[in-house]
Amino acid sequence: MIKIRIRKEIEKKKYLLLAILSFVVIIALWTLASVTGAVDEIFLPNPAKVIQYYISAIQDGSLWENTRISLYRILLGFVIAVVLGIPVGILMGTFQKAEAVIRPLCEFIRYMPVPAFVPLIMVWVGIGENAKITVIFIGTFFQLVLMVADDALSVPDDLINAGYTLGTTTPMTIFKIIIPAMLPRLMETLRMMIGWAWTYLVSAELVAANSGLGYTILKSQRFLATDAIFGGIILIGILGLITDRIFAFLNKKLFPWAEGGH
Amino acid sequence: MGLFKKKTVLPKRTQHIEANLANSKIHVKNVKKIYHSAKGDTLAMDNVNLNVLENEFVCIVGPSGCGKSTLLRMVAGLDEISDGEIIIQDHSIIGPGADRGMVFQAYTLFPWMTVADNIKFGLKIRKIPNDEQDAIVDKYLKVIKLEKFRNSYPKELSGGMKQRVAIARALANSPEVLLMDEPFSALDPQTKADMQLLMRQIWQVEKPTVLFVTHDIEEAVFLSSKIYVLTSRPGTVKKEIPVYLPYDRDLSLKDTEAFIKLRKEVNSLIDHEQI
Ligand SMILES: Nc1ncnc2c1ncn2[C@@H]1O[C@H](COP(=O)(O)OP(=O)(O)OP(=O)(O)O)[C@@H](O)[C@H]1O
Ligand SMILES: [Mg+2]
Repeated sequence: MIKIRIRKEIEKKKYLLLAILSFVVIIALWTLASVTGAVDEIFLPNPAKVIQYYISAIQDGSLWENTRISLYRILLGFVIAVVLGIPVGILMGTFQKAEAVIRPLCEFIRYMPVPAFVPLIMVWVGIGENAKITVIFIGTFFQLVLMVADDALSVPDDLINAGYTLGTTTPMTIFKIIIPAMLPRLMETLRMMIGWAWTYLVSAELVAANSGLGYTILKSQRFLATDAIFGGIILIGILGLITDRIFAFLNKKLFPWAEGGH
Repeated sequence: MGLFKKKTVLPKRTQHIEANLANSKIHVKNVKKIYHSAKGDTLAMDNVNLNVLENEFVCIVGPSGCGKSTLLRMVAGLDEISDGEIIIQDHSIIGPGADRGMVFQAYTLFPWMTVADNIKFGLKIRKIPNDEQDAIVDKYLKVIKLEKFRNSYPKELSGGMKQRVAIARALANSPEVLLMDEPFSALDPQTKADMQLLMRQIWQVEKPTVLFVTHDIEEAVFLSSKIYVLTSRPGTVKKEIPVYLPYDRDLSLKDTEAFIKLRKEVNSLIDHEQI
């Protein structure tokens, strides 16, 4: 008898419960480890201390201020990457000539470590807001182009051919068939990319910053203020999760026709 | 099936007579197809000649890999011709166009459009006036008996329903010729038989010129006015067989002696691979 079946669907409630449980268990383990003194406070701060840190950061307004500026940097870097990356990606996924020009370049650049670009970026665009936005942009753009191209390539040939036999020209085929057909996957790609953008925040705020969530973490490092480091990391995680959920929700609402969706 | 109850006044003998012999719709002349790949060149088809007359329902049968799909795609303009010429009506084809509608083996409805919008797609592209578009959509929804699914999305349809919509979408565009590449091969036997009957009835009423690829010989005999049997690769026409069967057909035809005899004759012409 097989009791545990592969890919067996579970109820939504059960799913949510298990998800919450995994967080609860981790927080419980964390509390246990720090309260009993099993792990030194320098390595692992007391959860109560992290909460205290949040309270004081909310009170002096720095939490909101840092979140706001970081959100601004991420969104701007991300939006520029999206606005430029989507057309380039579609071009690359549609015409092999464009692919030959773009793909090798993107594959080459995307393996370069973004933090290593930081000093260069400071030379190129200065140390103002542009520098932080540029880091987020570089971190996401090349990956995005490759993923958008794959989304465009995933549109079945016969869907395109069906369009041709119904009278579409090549530009019509791109705008009336390829783009609508790839939209659900494209939104999934954007959802993943905004996640990547969040992970580049700390690198971005390495650049002569004096505000932002990433900057707060870097600054706290110097004073070994583990409670602030933890607080910052967890906050970035929460904000990332929220943006992710917003995209997932939009996907479901915008593309009810998509196959395989629940 | 009331919709198709003999509204048309057509001679009841064989459809061969109805076809206007002077009027060739598809003329394939000495066509050759070579596929170039890293492993070398493959001669897929050579010296193919065939003729589809106006209002004819022509089936192409042949062993797997003999180039049936390739031939259809070349007629559609989706694959390049290596040598020779394909003439539609009176012009040599250079690429795909709305004059050659196609129904594919895979499901190719646009998933983001409703059934009605799928059928309307070609009409919009061709800038047909709106009220005419609606009338055409209504007509073909009725032909395929899916009026109730007008506003459904393809993911809500069964395989047979999807193919019916694909047929309606192609026909609504009133192409010169309708190309079909094994459109029913993914369906279960019962649905397949229903689809064959529907297709035959549509043809009897609308009289589109059809070039239909299948490897199901029974299907070919049931549907067509003429069958071309191709040889194994490199594919070429082995025999042209006129189908002298009654014009009004239903599924009981498949049990008649004349049908079985013809089916066996076609079957004996297909090259069978040594396994
Ligand atoms: N893109 C391609 N590159 C190389 N060879 C190809 C390509 N497409 C088809 N062929 C070859 O051309 C021949 C004809 O293929 P085709 O798909 O037209 O056959 P078919 O008669 O439709 O077969 P089936 O009954 O299996 O659908 C096959 O032998 C196949 O291997
Ligand atoms: Mg085939």
